[in-house]
Amino acid sequence: MQPTDISDPQYFHKVVDCQWGCPAHTDVPGYIRLIAQGRFTDAYMLNRQTNVFPGILGRVCDRPCEPACRRGRVEDKPVAICRLKRVAADNRDDVTALLPKPVRQKNGKRVALVGAGPASLAVANDLLPLGYEVVIFEALEVPGGLMRSNIPSFRLPAEVLDEEIGMIVGMGADLRLGTPVKSMKALLAENFDAVFVGSGAPRGKNLKLPGRDAASEHIHIGIAWLESVAFGHVERIGEKVLIIGVGNTAMDCCRTSLRLGAKSVKVMARKPRQFFKASPWELEDAEEETVEIVVNHAPKSFVIENGKLAGMVFEKMAYEFDARGRITAEKVVGEELFPCDDVVLAIGQENAFPWIERDLGIEFDKWDVPVVDPSTYQGTRPGVFFGGDAAFGPKNIIWAVEHGHQAAISIHRHCQSQDLRERPPYGMNLATSKMGMHEWAYSNAYDPVERRIMPHVSLKERFSKLNLEVELGYTPEQFTKEVERCLNCDIQTVFTAKLCIECDACVDVCPTRCLTITGNGEEAELRRRLSAPAVNTGQDLYVSAELPQTRRVMVKDEDLCIRCGLCAERCPTGAWDMQKFTLKVPYAADDTAGTLAPVRTGT
Amino acid sequence: MSFLAKPKVAHPGLPRNELGLTVRDYEGGMSTLCAGCGHDSITAALIQAAFELSIPPHRMAKVSGIGCSSKTPAYFASASHGFNSVHGRMPSVATGANAANGELVYIGLSGDGDTLSIGLGQFCHAIRRNLNMLYLLENNGVYGLTKGQFSASADIGSKARKGDVNQQPPIDPCLLALSIGCTFVARSFSGDKAHLVPLLKAGIRHRGFALVDVISPCVTFNDHEGSTKSYQFTRQHAQAVTYADYVPPATEIRSDQAAGTVQAVTLHDGSRVLLHKVGADYDATDRTGAFDYVSRHQARGEIVTGLLFIDEAKPDMHQVQSLPDQPLNSVPYDKLNPGQKALDAIQARFR
Repeated sequence: MQPTDISDPQYFHKVVDCQWGCPAHTDVPGYIRLIAQGRFTDAYMLNRQTNVFPGILGRVCDRPCEPACRRGRVEDKPVAICRLKRVAADNRDDVTALLPKPVRQKNGKRVALVGAGPASLAVANDLLPLGYEVVIFEALEVPGGLMRSNIPSFRLPAEVLDEEIGMIVGMGADLRLGTPVKSMKALLAENFDAVFVGSGAPRGKNLKLPGRDAASEHIHIGIAWLESVAFGHVERIGEKVLIIGVGNTAMDCCRTSLRLGAKSVKVMARKPRQFFKASPWELEDAEEETVEIVVNHAPKSFVIENGKLAGMVFEKMAYEFDARGRITAEKVVGEELFPCDDVVLAIGQENAFPWIERDLGIEFDKWDVPVVDPSTYQGTRPGVFFGGDAAFGPKNIIWAVEHGHQAAISIHRHCQSQDLRERPPYGMNLATSKMGMHEWAYSNAYDPVERRIMPHVSLKERFSKLNLEVELGYTPEQFTKEVERCLNCDIQTVFTAKLCIECDACVDVCPTRCLTITGNGEEAELRRRLSAPAVNTGQDLYVSAELPQTRRVMVKDEDLCIRCGLCAERCPTGAWDMQKFTLKVPYAADDTAGTLAPVRTGT
Repeated sequence: MSFLAKPKVAHPGLPRNELGLTVRDYEGGMSTLCAGCGHDSITAALIQAAFELSIPPHRMAKVSGIGCSSKTPAYFASASHGFNSVHGRMPSVATGANAANGELVYIGLSGDGDTLSIGLGQFCHAIRRNLNMLYLLENNGVYGLTKGQFSASADIGSKARKGDVNQQPPIDPCLLALSIGCTFVARSFSGDKAHLVPLLKAGIRHRGFALVDVISPCVTFNDHEGSTKSYQFTRQHAQAVTYADYVPPATEIRSDQAAGTVQAVTLHDGSRVLLHKVGADYDATDRTGAFDYVSRHQARGEIVTGLLFIDEAKPDMHQVQSLPDQPLNSVPYDKLNPGQKALDAIQARFR
């Protein structure tokens, strides 16, 4: 193998699994260390720089970082990254003074944002400090998009939404509520310099089965129903409720039903549990509230008695699997009637653009989804950009935020007549974390403490009010333990080949056997003859230049390094060093210095 | 040294030996030797060898004298027996322990000072007894604990860190051992585990006194230019005459292991040592030939490594002295201590 090029910021970025897994590249180890130091405001601001909504995401993020977390491979449970984000938000001081002020000297460019959801708000967040005039059009009377209308308030309180959205609007956005955009043609006629469509995927999928139309009064489309609940239009539901679908929306529907008077709620799934789309923790939370999840039942028809919905008939399914667990065959092995009073359909959602005329040069594909460039987020008409669920279909909030950042870069370049495809580069900073003999600027001791369990409001109490937040947040006793579980993967083991005397001290001391000094070879073959076989090919091998004495190479399997720093402590020549890696994520900016005030992360 | 204990967390894919243990189960306390010390590498090789041989940790006995090297017992196999004895007197303690219980695996850890200066007499007589033990000589050519004076294994002309040149001839432990009847003589280098680990395994399985002299650079006092025991010098001047391959009992020998340049020696327990010979005419069972070969190369400034000599036929101390096979701690008390009458009867024979 060639020596690893560690001057490429993406090499060490990938090693920081959480940051790499996060669409917005949140500096997770950085903010967890700040929490450990009690610097909640700094931790919040560091978060805000990348993910814009730490308080919101600390509650309802889809957490791609947690399955990626290295701790989850070393032990079984990852660090509670998401809930630590909430710790920063819960314990911070007032951050008003740290936010960009409204810009007096505008740059003369006007941008229209359609929809006041996370994608549009992220665009506004990045463009307002540059002097843009930003107009946000929102159909509803409140901003927030699906964060507001689809996420129940017992998971995401309205105050949290209001405050974090307020931070952005307070930078000087022109937020026009109750103002749906009815025609793109008319919007374009207003001569904005750019238009960003962040209108989400607002249309819930229907299920056309026999009896659907006859019983429509008691059959609800999940996201529309959740929105009605959120705005107080629906306050009750029947005692027996069936939820069709097993995504996160289904979990919100079943738990909301329980708060509107349902006594028995069943989530009906066509396939076995391993195929569910819902996040495991959302399934757990629903089951904790006595929701029953019924697998292998495919909906067949609605049963109407006396003109009223009486139940649903399901086909019982049986599946065959191949060695990799994929379904190879399915068959119906029976039928079953489930009596019910109401049915909520939560089987997916899709984009809907009835308001975009099709003669504006904005192309749509065969699924009626706009054609969007995945790197510039521009549609086929220059100056019209898409982001969030509106761009590539339903994803999640953190993706919407990243789309917003990227679209803001594109819009800024567009307004300066620069090539959109030329993206600003990522940068990095690497600096030693050595503070003295066996002293590092991070906590290098491995704490075997287990993941803390999030305290919940008691089952008895929590159904009393629709908007009573279920999760209480970590207590100080809990988060001071949880922060120590972070392995500090942003502290990189950096190797200087020419200093190595090949004494084997690092190889011998490494508790997870990451290191090997051996002859070089092809990657696949090299992976087999390391101190411990490097079977996780998703993790890179860090290969040094040839060592001075024997011309062998030092190979580090990045997979399970726990940052104990013992390799560096045992190295007699300082060939190994523990260095703090800081990824410099590019944002829309007039120079490379960044637009937001630099966040203090120094340790 | 490190203030931090090595975290218990391990690679989930670590292989397990016949006892179901991983290599981590053979570890000991955190080393307090200098970072980069060759002795730590030797410890790691020992851990690997004991793991691969599936020795139950509680069936090992670690014995040592005084010196950097003699701190080693603290750094591996925490679950084993251990005795950190008086300077240079480890062979006597090992002899006593071995006489009382021949069933344990004895691992002696010593250095060039402990063995070749203060303990030279003890060392020689343990060899003469053919005491059944692995005797590891962690050889760095200096007295590290007392700030780096030349030891008895320092070569003529070797430079100390401050520039002094050694004038006294060295004692070569391997040549000495060959000359007084040692039944297993090997030399290796701490910086080459692939070479060292099989030698340690063979030495542990050899019934008799197995000397493994390991060049183990002292990073603090003897790893500079002009030293003849540095990492760099050893790598440049080590000449492997044989590469050992330890084959457990009842294991087939692969065809590539049976080539003409391979000498197979069967050990007492049925395991075999395959010696891949670099010089085709080297015979590891020829004592005078080995002595001749090593001294000729030494005169040329080369360090001959490998299993230099092995004699599996010679009886060990237990056999020579007709000691009971049964450990004394399992002999019934009345047999172990037959009482005053029996003593009187024995004494009567000398009247």
